[in-house]
Amino acid sequence: MRLIRRLLTLIPLTWVIVTLSFFLVRVAPGGPFDKERRPASPQVEAALKHKYHLDESLGAQYLRFLGLKWERDDTGAWHRAEGGLIAGDFGLSLKYRNHSVADIILQGLPVSLVLGWLAFGFAIGTGIPLGVFGAVRARGWAGGLSALAAISMVCVPGFVVGPVLVLIVGLKLGWFPVGLWGSPAHAVLPMVTLGLYFSGRVARLAREGMVQALQSDFIRTARAKGVDEFGVVFRHAFRLAIMPVVSYSGPMLADLLTGSFVVENIFQIPGIGVFLVNASLSRDYPMVVGLVMLYAVLLLGLNLVVDLTYGLLDPRVRHE
Amino acid sequence: MSDPIPEKDAVERMQPSLTPGARAWRRFRANRPAVVAAAYLAFLILLALLVPALGSHAAAEGSDAQFAAPGSAHWWGTDVHGRDVLTRVFAGARLSLLVGSVGAAVSLVIGVCWGMVAGYAGGRIDGMMMRFVDVLYSLPSIVFVIVLITTLEDHLKGLLSRLSPQSGGVARMLFLFVGLGAVSWLTMARIIRGQVLSLRTRPFVLASRSLGAGHARILFRHILPNVSGVVIVYLTLTVPSIILYESFLSYLGLGIQPPQASLGTLIAEGAGQINPIRTYWWLIAFPGGVLASALLALNLLGDGLRDALDPRGGE
Repeated sequence: MRLIRRLLTLIPLTWVIVTLSFFLVRVAPGGPFDKERRPASPQVEAALKHKYHLDESLGAQYLRFLGLKWERDDTGAWHRAEGGLIAGDFGLSLKYRNHSVADIILQGLPVSLVLGWLAFGFAIGTGIPLGVFGAVRARGWAGGLSALAAISMVCVPGFVVGPVLVLIVGLKLGWFPVGLWGSPAHAVLPMVTLGLYFSGRVARLAREGMVQALQSDFIRTARAKGVDEFGVVFRHAFRLAIMPVVSYSGPMLADLLTGSFVVENIFQIPGIGVFLVNASLSRDYPMVVGLVMLYAVLLLGLNLVVDLTYGLLDPRVRHE
Repeated sequence: MSDPIPEKDAVERMQPSLTPGARAWRRFRANRPAVVAAAYLAFLILLALLVPALGSHAAAEGSDAQFAAPGSAHWWGTDVHGRDVLTRVFAGARLSLLVGSVGAAVSLVIGVCWGMVAGYAGGRIDGMMMRFVDVLYSLPSIVFVIVLITTLEDHLKGLLSRLSPQSGGVARMLFLFVGLGAVSWLTMARIIRGQVLSLRTRPFVLASRSLGAGHARILFRHILPNVSGVVIVYLTLTVPSIILYESFLSYLGLGIQPPQASLGTLIAEGAGQINPIRTYWWLIAFPGGVLASALLALNLLGDGLRDALDPRGGE
């Protein structure tokens, strides 16, 4: 029941976000046809604008976008304008003419999803061990070193990691291809570049969670019962310790799965990450709105999944 | 006065009440990484102020020594126009640090005001203000930044250039301050709102209200000082995230405009020069190293301040 209510609140929230982005990109100065190879003549520009209905008022454009615009056809009868969000149609891209927004997203999304999941696996797979190790050895130099490693990963931006990996691992050592997308080997450097920052974040959260979990009463009880250190850490404390990582997983996955401009740019990967930046810059209105909606739905949906996972991990949440 | 002077340690142990500030300062000094980080930051700021001024190879001047490897003439090598990388990196660090701290200040003002009002007002106003924050959270910030910066540029650039003709670069920086601050205040607002929500029902606030204090007085005299620790900590952690965001924007070509360069611009230039035939590693290693180390120091400093200012923090 609670789940259904949560699901229902996602709809108005998504609508608000989409509406906000719809008007936000349109109030920005400049238009989608400014940066053509040569400036269009006024007639051509007017024709273009008419074709994409950009000559209508903002309100009319918005209704058309939602699919709630009614207009008169040639015979004078009223009917609903075709397409629109309620028909599942995001419209046509203004930059890549002849392609619909949905086409472009569907083409790039599988690549971004694969890369995103790989980077997620990398971040979790390296971040949690690093963080747990740091917490278990919190007093010694090894723990300090792992904490420093985690914080360093957060501090080196992807556009430094990427080129450095390309230079050293790709070009000097020649272990992995430095660009394009195809074989599993192609995915290694992008995965590391994309995942390294998140790995550091996960390690910091896991460390904090583990340090706190190890201080709780039930751990003292477990120790008093004579549970060995391995059992204390992995059987008792671990579930509680990774709670912060679980709650961070929602926003993290939303970021990872919608692609990354930097990584796709450095490694020439045909994902959808480059489109968000490029579409915002070139005022490709339908494209921006479509991508924002994708991101928002992913983020809100994943946060819901995270909340459900919470109940599975922590009995105290379940009882509420 | 005639008592024998006890050992210094004993004196400290005998004084039961240190002020919270003194206790925080002592905790901070005991945190070696944070102290090293603070010293490193001070050193970096000094270099960023001095190197571009003293540099014998002016940052903007080109020379014939194109892509010279690091050596005695140019310690950190030269770039495509023969400009000294060392000088450019520290000039870039100065800009990045400036953008980071002013941007963080902007986000601080917005976030603290928003969070304080929401938390203090409570009820429906609080709910609406925090829903707004939720919505902005779900909007990819890059869209917002691009729209904001281009809109500001469109409306204000003409105005500024009328005021002074050479304000192009300055104007860009102003827009960056506002744009970056405007997307970075959300977490600050959430944290402050949570704090204020728990503070506003505390006895000292009720006491002040019963003495006839107005809302403004309660907010600024009683609540603001109590959240200042959290604010300082989070401010320190916002500076590196804004520096990072600015360098990302510069990487996209939206940040600081040439001939000025931030660390992000320099890294983007270096990344553009990578090819399989020749590697100009110094173009990426030095600006990248300075950026990463500055961010690291700021984060360590922030962590140290958090441990020092949080009363529940570890002993």
